[in-house]
Amino acid sequence: MLILTCPVCGVTAEETEFHAGGEAHLKRYGPGSPDEQFEEYLFMRENPRGVHFERWRHVYGCGKWFHAARCTTTLEVFGTYPAQTLEPPAGLRKTISKKRPGWIWREFS
Amino acid sequence: MSEPVTAMGGVAASGGIAGIREAERQGMVTLRGDLSAPAVGKAVKSVTGMAVPGAGTFAQKDGVALCWMSPDELLVLCDYGSAEGIVQAFDAASGKAHLLAVNVSDARASFQVSGEHARDVMAKLCPVDLAPGAFGTGMFRRTRLAQVAAAIWMPSDDSFQLICFRSQAQYVFDLLSIAAQPGSEVNHLCSTG
Ligand SMILES: [Zn+2]
Repeated sequence: MLILTCPVCGVTAEETEFHAGGEAHLKRYGPGSPDEQFEEYLFMRENPRGVHFERWRHVYGCGKWFHAARCTTTLEVFGTYPAQTLEPPAGLRKTISKKRPGWIWREFS
Repeated sequence: MSEPVTAMGGVAASGGIAGIREAERQGMVTLRGDLSAPAVGKAVKSVTGMAVPGAGTFAQKDGVALCWMSPDELLVLCDYGSAEGIVQAFDAASGKAHLLAVNVSDARASFQVSGEHARDVMAKLCPVDLAPGAFGTGMFRRTRLAQVAAAIWMPSDDSFQLICFRSQAQYVFDLLSIAAQPGSEVNHLCSTG
């Protein structure tokens, strides 16, 4: 079970107080974009064994969205950070590199 | 005139490891607005005489409590009869602040769980650390009770009060009654265990 800390209200709870919201940092390609990019936005997702970045919502708590970085094999949560963030923060990436040297997720490492 | 009643007509359950009873009618006003905005803080202060409480806490004064729900929501608890007046006071005090006050007194149900095993009962239902050092009076926590949303706080060291949606009152009362059934002490969180 994941133990997540909501960066909005500061509550730490197990995952049943939250709701998973899918992959983090998707770039939206809307009408008028090339078919390949639209397909990528709609359907293509990472499915890593290891480091992963997701969106979560504190659904039974403050109700707000946030981001979380975690390991899909051990369920270790590396950290959570605000929803208003376009890519994994540098500090968090450094923390992950210490624990999972050589990790790669999309264009981040 | 219609006569406002609580969701469960003041139902109570005793004989278990904790006393369960529906709270009396409670005035509730939802306040939406950016709680960090000075204009919102000013309106809250002028209506209630209190500053906006910090995350995860509540403040009370003269029979009115301010509960922190999220960075943009406060729940005002008051006498049932004064909710409408508080809404009007917020409307008058909001000025240019982007602020919305709504009387939601009849939208929710409220229960009390009391006795030395109250922590046991609540800990069976909420994914919250309810150990005496981790959760106590003055804190206000939105969470879930089994499958429904609720907010909980402790009026005293051996009692909880909670609110849930009115349509879920029967479910919540049943949950609490079953979690408090005789012989179901856990004795993990009670200092007297
Ligand atoms: Zn939260």
